[in-house]
This record gives sequence, structure tokens and C-alpha cells, in this order.
Amino acid sequence: MSETAPSAPSASPGRRARSERRNRWLLLTPAMVILSLAASGPLLVVLIYSVLTPGDYGGVEWRFSLDSWFAVVVERDFFTEELTLADAHLMVFWRSLKLSLCTALLCLIVGFPTAYFIATRPARRRDMWMLLIMIPFWTNLLIRTFAIMELIRNQGTVNTLLVASGLIDEPIQMLYTEFSVLVGMTYVYLPLMILPIYASMERLNFDLVEAGYDLYANRFQVLRRVIFPLVKPGVVAGSILVFVPCLGAYVTPRVLGGGKQLMLGNLIELQFGQLRNWPLGAALSLTLLAVVMVALIFYVRAIGQEGERDV
Amino acid sequence: MIEISGLTKTFGEGQSAFTALDDVSVTIRSNEFFTLLGPSGCGKTTLLRTIAGFLDPTRGSLTLDGEDLLSKPPYQRPVNTVFQSYALFPHMTVAENIAFGLQMLNRRKAEITATVAEMLELVQMTALADRKTSQISGGQQQRVALARALAPRPKVLLLDEPLSALDFKLRKEMQLELKRLQHETGITFVFVTHDQEEALTMSDRIAVMNAGTIRQIGGPRDIYDHPAERFVADFIGDTNFLQAKILSTDGAQARVRLVSGGEIAAQTAADAPVLDDGASVTLAVRPEHAELCAPEGALLSGRLRDVVYFGTDTHYHVALDQNETFTLRRQNQPGQTQVWQTGDHVGLNIAPGIPQILKD
Repeated sequence: MSETAPSAPSASPGRRARSERRNRWLLLTPAMVILSLAASGPLLVVLIYSVLTPGDYGGVEWRFSLDSWFAVVVERDFFTEELTLADAHLMVFWRSLKLSLCTALLCLIVGFPTAYFIATRPARRRDMWMLLIMIPFWTNLLIRTFAIMELIRNQGTVNTLLVASGLIDEPIQMLYTEFSVLVGMTYVYLPLMILPIYASMERLNFDLVEAGYDLYANRFQVLRRVIFPLVKPGVVAGSILVFVPCLGAYVTPRVLGGGKQLMLGNLIELQFGQLRNWPLGAALSLTLLAVVMVALIFYVRAIGQEGERDV
Repeated sequence: MIEISGLTKTFGEGQSAFTALDDVSVTIRSNEFFTLLGPSGCGKTTLLRTIAGFLDPTRGSLTLDGEDLLSKPPYQRPVNTVFQSYALFPHMTVAENIAFGLQMLNRRKAEITATVAEMLELVQMTALADRKTSQISGGQQQRVALARALAPRPKVLLLDEPLSALDFKLRKEMQLELKRLQHETGITFVFVTHDQEEALTMSDRIAVMNAGTIRQIGGPRDIYDHPAERFVADFIGDTNFLQAKILSTDGAQARVRLVSGGEIAAQTAADAPVLDDGASVTLAVRPEHAELCAPEGALLSGRLRDVVYFGTDTHYHVALDQNETFTLRRQNQPGQTQVWQTGDHVGLNIAPGIPQILKD
């Protein structure tokens, strides 16, 4: 590093270290500026809005109020002024968490073998397989979601085939259920699971797999004791990449859940849209952010501890 | 005892097909240090991987103590491998690496602990048992790989060029170490190398391979002193080739006439076909098996072209009068004076019975 620094050859080591430190900050500056303007700034706006009073026709009135934050978890009865838990909100939180976890798990179950398959192909064919994985990912999200809809609706391809084959007498209601949202999100986010796992898998030294077999480990044991621990960073990254956007997913639950299977993203959108309660929307957004962060901290900590035991 | 018979392995099909093993048959005895020696691409690693179970042969049979191995997956063969890359599990400590095979065999905890301790002792790695494999040197990794493969007490240990990544001094040390381990454990070692010196120092028997076939099998001395054909003579050590004609044969001995007109007794290859009198043959003579002398009355004569000093010995390159060249090697002695100078006309003598008649 220091060789490339434009410091005079005669500079003392201390001076060189200082100039290197300065260069480092200089290089970091563009990223810092963008991050603070594009992430911290809006976040601050959202935070401020969440403690204001909702305006009658959307927007906010500049009066401090913590009502929205209470409204995230409790409801005030319109007539009796009695406080009860906001079941509707908690239901949505619970559904979001549940569906996101299930989606991440499903993506892992489907994505891991896929990544393994691709990583064990001859080098020149791997790119072709990865391209096939990536093409749907480049397609517009709405189009892909409607494609799933077409497949699983009552007169859709799957039901038509099932009825025609005589396996069922009448179409199964799959669309507008949690199932359809789960299927949709798994399909949409699968590449985000496959990519990081494949990246880890491709670096895996397959001599280690042979060494496992050689030392009396059967296929399952090799997978559990050799392959999985070594590609775990990819699995962790993939799970986070799928879980986090799932929690805030909007389009997929909207289209495939048909407004009945609300997730957090839809609830937030409702506040800013139809319900015109911007402060509550802001409070819900920040709650979502908190949920994501808490979940990630737990996850990373659990993985980290396991890692220490393993390694 | 490993019995290999008619083993053939072909990669690819049709035009691009490549035969890595071509009808290989060999018996490897129990408790022996058996080396597969050959240039890269000769099929030695393919043969090793077939024994380990990582490759299925196209044809042929493979048994260990009478038991068919080919029908078993690698994890059911009582055979362990020391990989060229060592292939130590990076997410485990030294001790965990060594314990792995025993755990997979469902050995009792106490037994595993005892065996791991014993193996660590055997390869002198006890002090580093809890290190990660990335925190130890190449030579140490090598020892751990050995201990890991020996821990389950396999019937056969396969070693795939395990010393090639080590520097010269360490390699010498490990050669002796391997030999000692083989002796102490009594396990059959099948060792793959392209280093002829390594093969000669360590092996009980050597199989020299080329182009998917075994060219010669024998003890190190046998292979070195009595190479059966040009490839073997050339690949192992330095060799001088001389053209000659058979005068008469008597069992393993034959009388030949060299191009120079000199006559000498030579050895025939063990399994060579009977040679007719008057047949043209090639003789192999090791550089240290000939002596320089005065040209008068010598078997061969020529002009001394180069004298190259190598420290332990000196090489003399002689341009023979018959358009052939001959290299001699003489060990240097303290206080020795240089008798022959470049450009001298010199003679060459070879003891009777020393030249080896090659099959090709």
C-alpha cells in the first residue's frame, strides 16, 4: 500500500503512515457522502415524521406526539377509550416474520443443491447455468409475479392440469393465500440465495470432499461435516439477502396475497396511501427496521458462536 | 495383498478418448512399501485414485485380501489417502482432523482420544494439537495428513506425491520418516511419485509406469542395475546407450560385440524373448559402471570432451570414436589430482556382465 502512496521516499515511517491514513479517508469520502445523504438523511426525516401528528388529508402537522408509536402495538377503542393490543398490526408482523423465515428456509432447501450442482459442473458450463439462474432475476418483478399468478390461479395451469389428470375434482384455492405469497417470494428471491452459496461453493477445494469420503464419511456426513461448514459464509449471506427484503416485501404479497395476506410493506403503504396516517407509517417503517436489525444480530451471533465451536 | 488385474480406464469417448490405464495387472504384497513411478500423465495417479475409489475403471478387477473393492464406495474401503494437497479440513484443528475418520467409523470416545494422542505422538505434533491447520507449516501439515490417514489403521495407505510441495531438506527428512512409519505400523504403503531418487530410497518394490502401462516391476536395485527397456533405463538415473550385436547367448548372459569391435559379456532382461545370434541390441551402462583408462587395449576409446565437477563426483563426457557419446561418473576423493584433461584421448573399460541388454 505504502509503495503506491505519493509520499517522498525520504519520508519517515510515521509520516508515511499519516499520509496513508489521510489517503484512506479521502478514498472513503464519496461513499460516506452518498451514504449519509441517501440513507441517514431520509431516515432522519422518517424519524421526525413518526413523532408528529397526522394531518387530516395526509402529510403532517408540526405538533409533537408519540401517538403513532403507541399505535404500532396498542389500539384505543373509539368509544370507550379502552386500550387493547393492536391485533391487526401484530398479526401482520407475525405473518411477515413467519413468511420471511419460511421463504429463506425454502430458498435454502432449493438453492443449496442447485448451487452445489452448478459448482460441480465443468468450469466452462458453470457460466451458462448461472446465466439461466440470473435471466429471470433481470426480468421485471411484476411480470414474474403475474406469471406465478397465472400458474396457480383457479383456472391456471397447475389447477387445470390437476383437474384434467383426475387427481382432484375441483381447483384448489392457492391464489390469495399465505401459500401463494410464500411460493411467489421463494421464486423471486431464490437467485439471491443461490449466488452467494455458489460463490462459496466454487472456492471449495473438492479434495476436501474426497478426503471426507476417504475417511469413511458417507454422502450425508460429508455434506454436514465438510461441505456445509465450509460454505456457511455463503449460506449466511444468502439467508440474510433473502430474509431482509422479504420482511419488507410489497409487490408479491400485494399481487399474490390479493390484499388479504398483508405483510409489513403493505401495511406501511396503507398508512401513507389510503389511511393518510403518515406518522404511523413512519413509526411502522422504523419498527420494521428495528425488527430486521434485531433478527440479524441474533442470527449473526448464533452463527458466530457455532462457528467458534466448529473452527 | 492388493490384486489388480486387467485394469483399464478410458476417459472420454470416440475420437477424443484417452486411455489413462491400459490393461494394468500387478500384485502389491502386504506390508510392503510399493511405489508407482513415472512421468506425469503415465497413469500412476489414476491407478491410485482407482484403488481409493474416486474413479471407476472401465474394465478390470481389484481385490484387497481377496475381497472385491470395486463394488464398494470409497467410504467403505479400508484404504486411506494422503493427498498431494494434504486436503486438511480448514475448519478443524489438528486433533479434530486426525479424529475425523475414527468418528465416522463410530469408534468410542475414549478410543478416539487415545488413538489421536498416539498419532500425534507418532508424527511429533502433540504440542500443536489445538492449532488450526492454517496455522502450521507445510511440513507440519504433511505430518497431520499422514496421522489423519493412519489413525483409522487402514489396510493400505495411498500416498499421492505427498512430498512434492516440501523443500529439499524437509523432503529428505520426510522420506526417512515415511519409511520409519511404514516399518512401525506394518501398513501397506502405495506411494506415487515422479521422483526416481525418492522411489529408489524408500521403496521395497517399484513399478515403473509409462503411457498407462507398467513397464517394469522390481526392487530399487533391480530396476536401477537391470533396466529392462530403454524407457526405464532412461527415466531412472543417467544411462549410456551402446549399440551391439549378439554373438552367443547362455541363459541370462550373452556375449556381444560393440560397434567399436570390442567384445563383452552382458545381462539379458529377465523376461526378454530369446535373442538370436547376430541380432542387433541396445546396451545400457550406468555412468558409474565404467572406468577411464589409457586408450591402448581399452574396450572403447574416444576424446574427452568435458569434465564437469559436481562436488561429490565428477562427470566425464567422452565423444566415442564411433560417433556415440558416453558419460562417466567418478566419485571425488580428497587430495585427488586431475589425471585426465579435456581433449585427451582416453579409453573406457566396463566390467564383464555389467552392461544390460534392453528389450527394445
